[in-house]
Order: sequence, then structure tokens, then C-alpha cells
Amino acid sequence: MIVTAKDLVHKYFNTDEKGEVIETITALDKLTLDIKEGEFLVILGHNGSGKSTLAKHFNGILKPDSGTLIVDDLDLSKEDNIWKVRQNVGMVFQNPDNQIVATIVEEDVAFGVENLGVPQKEIRQRVDDALETVGMSDFKMHSPNGLSGGQKQRIAIAGIIAMKPKCIIFDESTAMLDPAGRKQVMDTMITLNKTYGITIIHITHYMQEAVCADRIIIMDKGKIYLEGTPKEVFKNVKLLKSIGLDVPDTTYLIYLLNQDGFDFDSSILDVREVVDAICNSN
Amino acid sequence: MPFAIQTKDLTHVYNQNTSFEKKVLDNINIKVEKGEFVGIIGHTGSGKSTLIQTFNGLIKPTEGLVLINGETKFRDKVGLVFQYPEHQLFELTVYKDVEYGPTNLGLDEQEIKKRVENSLRLVGIPEKIWQNTPFSLSGGQKRRVAIAGVLAMNPEILVLDEPTAGLDPKGRDELFNQLQYMHKNLGITIVLISHSMEDVAKYVDKVIVLEKGKVKYCNTPKEVFKNVEELEGIGLAPPQIKYIIKELINNGIEIDENILTVEEAAVAISHYLKNR
Repeated sequence: MIVTAKDLVHKYFNTDEKGEVIETITALDKLTLDIKEGEFLVILGHNGSGKSTLAKHFNGILKPDSGTLIVDDLDLSKEDNIWKVRQNVGMVFQNPDNQIVATIVEEDVAFGVENLGVPQKEIRQRVDDALETVGMSDFKMHSPNGLSGGQKQRIAIAGIIAMKPKCIIFDESTAMLDPAGRKQVMDTMITLNKTYGITIIHITHYMQEAVCADRIIIMDKGKIYLEGTPKEVFKNVKLLKSIGLDVPDTTYLIYLLNQDGFDFDSSILDVREVVDAICNSN
Repeated sequence: MPFAIQTKDLTHVYNQNTSFEKKVLDNINIKVEKGEFVGIIGHTGSGKSTLIQTFNGLIKPTEGLVLINGETKFRDKVGLVFQYPEHQLFELTVYKDVEYGPTNLGLDEQEIKKRVENSLRLVGIPEKIWQNTPFSLSGGQKRRVAIAGVLAMNPEILVLDEPTAGLDPKGRDELFNQLQYMHKNLGITIVLISHSMEDVAKYVDKVIVLEKGKVKYCNTPKEVFKNVEELEGIGLAPPQIKYIIKELINNGIEIDENILTVEEAAVAISHYLKNR
């Protein structure tokens, strides 16, 4: 297991001008979750369901009020462990412009790995490899300024890969990108997962991006509301809509046809499967 | 009647006469009619945000003209909602935040009150949270409060830059439904930039596709989204349902190739299957 979380509770407090608590929001409510090494996990949930709060626990940005959290065999309640965990669990945030620190692409990618105290020669190698992996080698000597959102996110990812992490968390990293940028980042995630075995935890509002996951967890009110493979999760069209989520067009089309008296397999996800099912129906 | 928005040979060049010179808008000629609901799509760097900032004079054309209601002086006619407008909330209460703009117009108290209340109701913010701090609201609510602040200025034309980025599907639907309500019932002209092709296909009257600062398409969603390969080629993705429809037609299912939404597709497929 890369992550073992048990009974995690995290509360936010709203205070008035005098500093007295006027509202308590339970962002995580005794949440228990295991994530396997090498897994591609997608976390879905409406705004305020606790997704980002949860993700920010995995590398110690936030601390639970109670419960235990073991990441990469290290107990995160011990202060010393937080820095060790961060070397192995990287995070890509939503806004590409907030994550770039250097004025040249390759310097930006080198920033994290330099701070690990890796020998100079190896840094060179790791930076080159990381840029190759995200398909940005041609931009090595460019300024990050003129890059598109998708390209900037890939630079941020390269900076993490250079640190050779076991796990990368994407906290709505595709939210600000155009369709092409979204696809670039999704393709990169899939490569990292399938080719390099890196555990991926992806938080998103785009249901389509969850289709390639090994497992989806749906969060609502700080708890896991539903979990399973994409096929198992998305067939619950009504339930998902009732908590403010959506399903891919493919699943929704099949759902509407079944409402109209047809009897298609409700777990269909892919365009090809839909077309085959409709063409072969009698 | 003059057009709500019209551009004539609009060109904008950033950093003119320097080595960083870049033409971001290249000879744009578009017309938006009064009361129209228009979507602008295009990949990052295609000039969308620059274009809409010329609509209220934040960016001046290097060449060409922007006419609002046929005139060249217009900042108060167009309300512009930037990306992530909730980052601009600053007041102690929701009500005060929306009040800020109209108060600075020097309107009388009655008028201000009327505008603030109308705007908040229009975006669906319940009265019981008007006195709360805006920072305690959900992402979708904050964004709607920010939009209310722009509406309270009584713009004739509302222009929004990616209003649904980062919102969950429900927040996305709610916001689009509210925009559609304003468009249909109040006759406000709405122009918005979106990366969500499904939403553009579903709600707008007209789509403008920008590529490298030029208008590539300007037509109804049905017509524009017919160009599946061309749109893909410029980094856009037509709604997924278009791919299903296309494949079905290729496999001999006789349905209308212009279908744009899942709901329409379900009706058409069901009709076809039951009647063959």
C-alpha cells in the first residue's frame, strides 16, 4: 500500500470578528481508504465534498484532527516523516502559473531535484529524462512564459518526475486547460502510470477523465460515497446526478435509451461499445 | 438597429515595435446581435481573452474598430466577468460586495438597494446568506456573487471569461441555466468564453471559433460542430456525442448528423430502432 488512511477527520472553523467559532465544517468525516502502489485512482465529488482536503493530507500539507495516515510506510503524524514523504509523493496543482519558479524550463525542472542533494551529473540526466517523458525536450532552454497551460503543467510534472516519486497527486490539474492541454496532461498521467508504474491520484470534475482509472472514489460530505471501477461507478446515473455529479455522454445515452424501454448493458463506457451495442440490437 | 457588438478589421498587436511583437488579433470582423447568446471557443493563446477585453475598452485595437450599439464610447455598457472572479471578492458581507460598484456610480440609496437585491436574486443567492462573509460560501456561490457584482452595474451586455472553470457539474449547470434565464427573460446580450464544448453546444445561439487570432468559424453550434476533424486539428474537442453519432452513421444507422446533445441523440436512436 502506498497510502493507508484510517478514520481521518479534518475540520475547518469559521470564526466571527471576535474569534469565536460560528460554524464548523467537517471536511473529512472518519474517512478510511487504502491506495495500492501502482494504482490509477480518480477522486470525484462536488465542490466542497472534501476531495482536495483529502489529497492535501497525502503529502502532509494538511494534518488530520484525528485518525492515522501511513504514506509510503511512514507515519505522517511524526513531523520528521513529512519531508521524507514529500520526496516520494509529488503534487501538481490547478493553476499552472503558480508553480513555475525559474526563468528557463530546464532550471525549473531541476529545482526540486537539486534540493534533494543529488550529484550534479545525475541531475542533468534526470532533468533530461523527465522532459523527455513529458514530451517537452524541445523547450528545454525556453522561458516558461510563452508556453501554453498544458505545456506549463507538463513542466510542473517533469519537475516532480525528476525527483523519482512513487506517487503523484493531481489536484484539479486539468481544470484550467483547453481540451488539447487536458489531453496532453491526461496522456502524460497514463504513461507515468502504465510505463513507469507511478501511482496516480487524480482529482477532477471532468467525468470523461475518470474513464481510464483503475478505481474511482466518489466523495460526498467528507465520506466515500461510492467506489469501484469506472464501469461499476458510472452505471449509477441517477445517484451520481443526485449528488451534483455527471456521467460520461456514452453512459448517459445508454441510460436514456434504457429509460425508454431498451435493455442495453448499463455499464457501457466507450464510444465503440455504444456503437456496437446499438448496431447489434434487435 | 445597430449590433450589440461589432468589430471592423480589428487587429491587436502586443509589444509593438519590440522583438517580442506578437499579433494576437488579426483582422477580426464579427457581429453580435442584441439579445444574442454567443460562445467563443479556441485553444489557449488563440486570442479569446484579448478579444473580449476590447469589448469594454480594457484593450484598445492597434487597428480597426469596436462598436458597441454602434458607438465607440462604451465602457459602462459592457460588464466583464474575468476568470475566477471570486478572487476579486473583498467586502465583509455578500451584500456589501455587490453594493460596491453601484455605490461608486453615485446612485441614490433606493436604486442601489434595488439593484443589489435584484442582482443577488438573479444569480440565485438566497437572502439568508446576504449578510454572511463571502469567504464562507462554496466555490459556485462565490462565483455567482462576483457575477452579481457586475450585474448590479446594469450592463446591457454581459461578457464572461470561462465562467464555469473549476466548478463541479452541478455548479456548471446552475450557472448556465441562470445565464440562459437572463438571456431569455431579460434580453441581456451574453458573450462567453468556454472550454466546455458540451455546454457551448447546449446553450448558445452562435459559436465563434478563434484560431491564431483569426475567426475560423462563426455560425450556429450545429454548423460549427459538424467540422469534427478541423476542430480537433486546432486543439478543440467537439462534444463526445458527435463521435457516437458519426460512428453510428458510418455503421448504417440512419439518424440526423446534426444532433448535438445526448438527449436529442437518445430520442433519434430510439425512434430509429423502434421504427425499422
